[in-house]
Amino acid sequence: METFLFWIFAIVGVGCGIMVVFHRNPMSSAIYLVVTMLCLAGFYALLAGPFVAVIQVLVYAGAVMVLILFVIMMLNLREETLQREGSMITWILAGLIGLVLVVAVLPPFPRTPAGAPPPVFGTIEEVGNKLFTVYMLPFELTSVLLLIAIIGAVILAKRRML
Amino acid sequence: MDATALLDSTGALLPHMTVLVTGLVILTLDLFLTPRSRYLNEVVGLIGLLVALLFTLSTTGAPRQVFMAMAVVDSLGAFFNATFLLIAALTILLSASYVRREGVSAGEYYALILFATTGFMFVAAAADLIMVFLAIETLSIATYILAGLLREDPRSQEAAFKYFMLGALSSAFFLYGIATIYGALGNTNLVSLAQALGQGDFSKLLLMGMALLIVGLGFKVAVVPFHMWAPDVYEGAPTAVTAFMTAGPKAAAFAAFLRVFFQGFATPEMVQHWAPIFAYLAALTMILGNFVAMAQQSLKRMLAYSSIAHAGYAFVALVAHNTLGASSILYYLVAYTLMSLGAFTMLMVVARREGPFYAFDDYAGLGTTHPLLAAMMALFMFALAGFPPTAGFAGKFYVFSAAVQAGYYGLALIGVLTSVVSVVYYTRVVMLMYMREPNGAPPIPRLAPTTMAVLGITVVGILYMGIFPGGVMRLAEHSVAFLFQAKM
Amino acid sequence: MIPIPHYLTVSAILFTTGAIGVLMRRNALIMLMSLELMLNAVNLSFVAYARLHQDMGGHVFVFLSITVAAAEAAVGLAILLTIFRARGTVDVDNLHLLQR
Repeated sequence: METFLFWIFAIVGVGCGIMVVFHRNPMSSAIYLVVTMLCLAGFYALLAGPFVAVIQVLVYAGAVMVLILFVIMMLNLREETLQREGSMITWILAGLIGLVLVVAVLPPFPRTPAGAPPPVFGTIEEVGNKLFTVYMLPFELTSVLLLIAIIGAVILAKRRML
Repeated sequence: MDATALLDSTGALLPHMTVLVTGLVILTLDLFLTPRSRYLNEVVGLIGLLVALLFTLSTTGAPRQVFMAMAVVDSLGAFFNATFLLIAALTILLSASYVRREGVSAGEYYALILFATTGFMFVAAAADLIMVFLAIETLSIATYILAGLLREDPRSQEAAFKYFMLGALSSAFFLYGIATIYGALGNTNLVSLAQALGQGDFSKLLLMGMALLIVGLGFKVAVVPFHMWAPDVYEGAPTAVTAFMTAGPKAAAFAAFLRVFFQGFATPEMVQHWAPIFAYLAALTMILGNFVAMAQQSLKRMLAYSSIAHAGYAFVALVAHNTLGASSILYYLVAYTLMSLGAFTMLMVVARREGPFYAFDDYAGLGTTHPLLAAMMALFMFALAGFPPTAGFAGKFYVFSAAVQAGYYGLALIGVLTSVVSVVYYTRVVMLMYMREPNGAPPIPRLAPTTMAVLGITVVGILYMGIFPGGVMRLAEHSVAFLFQAKM
Repeated sequence: MIPIPHYLTVSAILFTTGAIGVLMRRNALIMLMSLELMLNAVNLSFVAYARLHQDMGGHVFVFLSITVAAAEAAVGLAILLTIFRARGTVDVDNLHLLQR
């Protein structure tokens, strides 16, 4: 069962990932990206990470992608203005280089099998526990980062200078 | 973490928190200010930075890790903090007249500068790779916004977009490097990385992670071949922001290099792996930066390429994993901060013609019309070129000595030769000022006191560090000494 | 169970695909989405390694990484908007005022 799920998620995920990069219309790319993110959420669930799986769906697919989709719809790009970008040859070349790079990084991957994790592994309690004890400082710094992003989004995107 | 540990940790990071709080205060205060009382923004900012400096100077004691091994408090961090605070203070001073001239919303501007400075300081205090990543992201996002602040100016928009795109790309590489190292080690703490390496725990995975980290950080410092974004971004961003960008994020990236490579990948076997890479990167950067700078028609773009070249000079010292290597980088960063901020302030002052190019013509005959300004500009140019008795000369001397001491003679030679080449384009400005007739350009308006303060501080600093290099250098050596004491 | 290197391979493929997208596409929105793809690929690596070492740190990193990616996307889109308002297009080739 697990093997079956893995291969489904892998093939759909990688396929849609490639389509994100190759499609002409940003709207289609966005939808493909959402599907890829959902497949990744499936991977996280398989890897004993229920919390991150749900967060992936809620935050990444559910908030970030919705934001991107809103902006795409707001810009309302017409189909004619979207050109074909780059010749076929450059794309094939890029694909080959990418393939070589992926194969090059395969050998160092650790081969030892992973042991069975404790039942509380990956649950929201465990993540919360770690987040507010060991990782408190990164957590607080991230809140500063969010504040900066809010300031930036407002002053760059608002209509008129106050 | 119990209450006492929490209090101790917070106390240790007071300088960082102070800068952060100052930024928040300015953000809120700005809501209540009238145009006449806007100067309070700068005043509050400077007071906050001063308080942070006082906290930094009271940092004593042996290096220790705080906040559950996420941050570290030591003399290296203190030195960097002082440098970052200096950068922030000078930026606030030189931005004062610029902000009013360009009509930028002041509260957000200063808040972003201070938040970016908080990011710098957390990079220097990072004990864990995840903190390095988050601190770099904090300062980067703040800087992306600052680069695009002149919303109506198409060059500013372009600069912000290019900076964002390539900055985010480099962050992705950096993060992948962290993931790989996490995979090899099981955690991301820099000290435990050094310990694991010391015990001979070595895998190809670590090397792959290291390579990805170099790519990610290389973008931030703008060494060749990751420099493509820098000239366009430096030229397009508002000049006050460019001044900040050439000093702050670069110094923070070097802090990251020192933390990750001099503290993390710190065993002799590892040094054999990364020192040659740094040597190549430094050589390429010095060569390309200096040669392309010669061909520039805009002074701002020339200074942008010069900034790339100077990052190359500082990079040279990274090949030397010893006290001289580390301390010469610190010295060079302080020297470069003064030279760069001074030169860009001068750029803001002298640029009288409206238009995209900070033209060389503005400087024609400056020696006769504004002798004091011309003299200061000449000093900045000579300092950047590396003439004695300026800080530029002392900085290059220390950096190249570190390379020679580590056996990289060729690298030092390239450094010296490219410095000679750089004299060509720096003295071009000086000759324009003193040997050409003034061409009837409108006179430069009176300088605001804040601008004069910046020019004064940088000029004095450059001369002091050039004539008495020992003072700052000894401080730097003292700050890095603990890195090279007997193995833990 | 599925060996960890399988997950890492998928991660590498997605990362490389995203990198190709960022470097080769000329539409700013698609460049941004390729960037998000890269960050997602790294998150997968984190979770896989966390499972390998049975360490929760990887999950916390992913949590923080998603937050950072969201913040970056917001700022990136804001910058994109300023460009679109001025030029009416998100074609990156249009950005040539600053000569190379």
